[in-house]
Amino acid sequence: MALTAHHKMQMYGALLLLPAAVLLAAFAYLPTITTVINSLFLPGFRGAPTEFVGFENYRFLFDDPKFWKVARNNLIYALGTIPTSIALALGMALFVNGKLPGRGLVRMAYFTPTILPMIAAANIWMFFYAPQIGLFNKLLGALGFSGVNWLGDPSVALGSVIVMSIWKEAGFFMIFYLAALQGIPPELKEASDLEGTSRWSFFWRVTFPLLMPTTLFVLINALINAVRVVDHLFILTKGGPNNATNLLLYYVYENAFSFFDRTTAATITVVILLVLAVIATLKFTILDRRTHYQ
Amino acid sequence: MEQSRIRLDRVTKRWDATTAVDSISFDVTPGQFVILLGPSGCGKSTTLRMIAGLEEASDGQIHIGERDVTRLPPGDRGLSMVFQSYALFPHLSVADNIVFGLRSRKVPKAEQRERLAKVAELVDLTDYLDRKPAQLSGGQRQRVALARSIISEHPICLMDEPLSNLDARLRSDMRREIKALQSRLNMTVIYVTHDQVEAMSMGDRVILMQHGRIVQDGTPDELYNQPASAFAASFIGSPAMNLLPLVKGDQGAVIDGEPTTTVAPLEAAGGQLGIRPEDIELRPASEPGVPATVLSEEYLGADTIAHVTVGTHTLRVRLSGKHALTGQACRLHWTAESAHLFGTDGLRRHDLTPTLLSSTHRSIPRPPVVGSFQH
Repeated sequence: MALTAHHKMQMYGALLLLPAAVLLAAFAYLPTITTVINSLFLPGFRGAPTEFVGFENYRFLFDDPKFWKVARNNLIYALGTIPTSIALALGMALFVNGKLPGRGLVRMAYFTPTILPMIAAANIWMFFYAPQIGLFNKLLGALGFSGVNWLGDPSVALGSVIVMSIWKEAGFFMIFYLAALQGIPPELKEASDLEGTSRWSFFWRVTFPLLMPTTLFVLINALINAVRVVDHLFILTKGGPNNATNLLLYYVYENAFSFFDRTTAATITVVILLVLAVIATLKFTILDRRTHYQ
Repeated sequence: MEQSRIRLDRVTKRWDATTAVDSISFDVTPGQFVILLGPSGCGKSTTLRMIAGLEEASDGQIHIGERDVTRLPPGDRGLSMVFQSYALFPHLSVADNIVFGLRSRKVPKAEQRERLAKVAELVDLTDYLDRKPAQLSGGQRQRVALARSIISEHPICLMDEPLSNLDARLRSDMRREIKALQSRLNMTVIYVTHDQVEAMSMGDRVILMQHGRIVQDGTPDELYNQPASAFAASFIGSPAMNLLPLVKGDQGAVIDGEPTTTVAPLEAAGGQLGIRPEDIELRPASEPGVPATVLSEEYLGADTIAHVTVGTHTLRVRLSGKHALTGQACRLHWTAESAHLFGTDGLRRHDLTPTLLSSTHRSIPRPPVVGSFQH
């Protein structure tokens, strides 16, 4: 069969797509599909074949109080980290976007936590949080307060993990805001200055709406990070004490590799994926309508 | 009306070692349309931005009305501004863009609507109020920017090259529109441009700047007919005025390389002779005048620009109609009033008058003159 020029182009196109398609299929799509399938079966013991149980695994999971505790933790973690780190990122970006002596240095300082590997950052914070010799308790002691067991007290531990995550994430989001701020033409500020518009009013009426696409992007990223990043738990708390800092993905890990319960791990993973998909869809459909893209 | 008087007194702007605006002073009376004209980098935009308060003057005073506004923030100066880029808020509708300043100044909603309707009518935007700036053409965006400055009802409007992003045809329409609005609303306008056509056609008064200083401050007519320097002469008019170096001759100053015809008194030697292309007459070689040869011609429709050589120099002559003259020898003639003399420093020599070219001056109506020697 003679290949026409059109067919040749199609071939080239397909070949160019192939490497990415192979990688995506091998590491994203196939695992997703097998995970979904795994969540519908019970494993057979002693060589018995796996048994199809439908949504039985899900019912079992939803009856598990530990799952709900972990899910609640994750919700608190998301609510604690996302708004604060975004607000902080925006504040820092506005600050380092202005005229400032040593601006480059400040920008770099804000970005440093992002460059550090999570494991290294968590190790640093271990020293901050350590009960006797830690930085925070030393400082409190110097002021005459008794120390707090930052990572050992179930009522404080999740808060401590949240604070560390905010510190780690805000600098990363700042970079996006800074780039977006520099894309806003300076004449807009001048035009509103001529009308005697206050800084506060200019921010809410011009800067913030023009940053909406960035905010949306950062919001989705922050949300994914809230269920994706677990490295710090390995170092700081291992999900304890008494599951006070256990988050969904860490719980998946525990099920899969500590309890060797692959079925439950798969089931939780599917639940996470569904929740994320629904939230992302809602965000893009509702917020997109109110977002101005340039 | 008095509060729209603008006075600049030795205003200077320095950035480290560079002086962008060097001690300039002028006075704008209410209702005037003043053009700040000059090549890029001459300090005209910086001057405007200092009046607006977007740049702080390094030295000198700016008064608006009786108030010294030199250190006041832009919002307290009682003026509006139209930017080259229009500076429209991309996320706001046309209506919200126009009333942006009124909202900042907490004007009541009902009054905002009333003023918006009136201004939208004035600039012909009534049908576009719900659109976003991205959905408008360049000319319409320009009108939104104009509407935003008109609605503020400030007596002073500053414009920073507002037409330079428009195409040529739209530009000439907008020129007339802006001028009409200005006289209708009796606004005081300071308008920055590098386009001499805009300056000549719109300005009541033109302030020509170069290297941060004022070269000439006068009516368009004065700038055209009495250029204060060789720079002013070359900047105004299209094609630009011919400038020819003068050297000492037997009876007086002659054009460099053309010693046979005296064109100016001896004292003018070393300076330059300026003649506008439209003031030169081409005559047959048998007549008196400055000997020249036609090098080439450009046909522009209504007229033809002939390039002719005199001595070692080339100059442009504007002839009405179409002509084929290339290669012909001819004589140039101009009246003493239309020739300008500039000294070695480039400034106009008021003390000298150019020499009359020939005593046997024939009065021939201009357009047919050239045609008559074609055969």
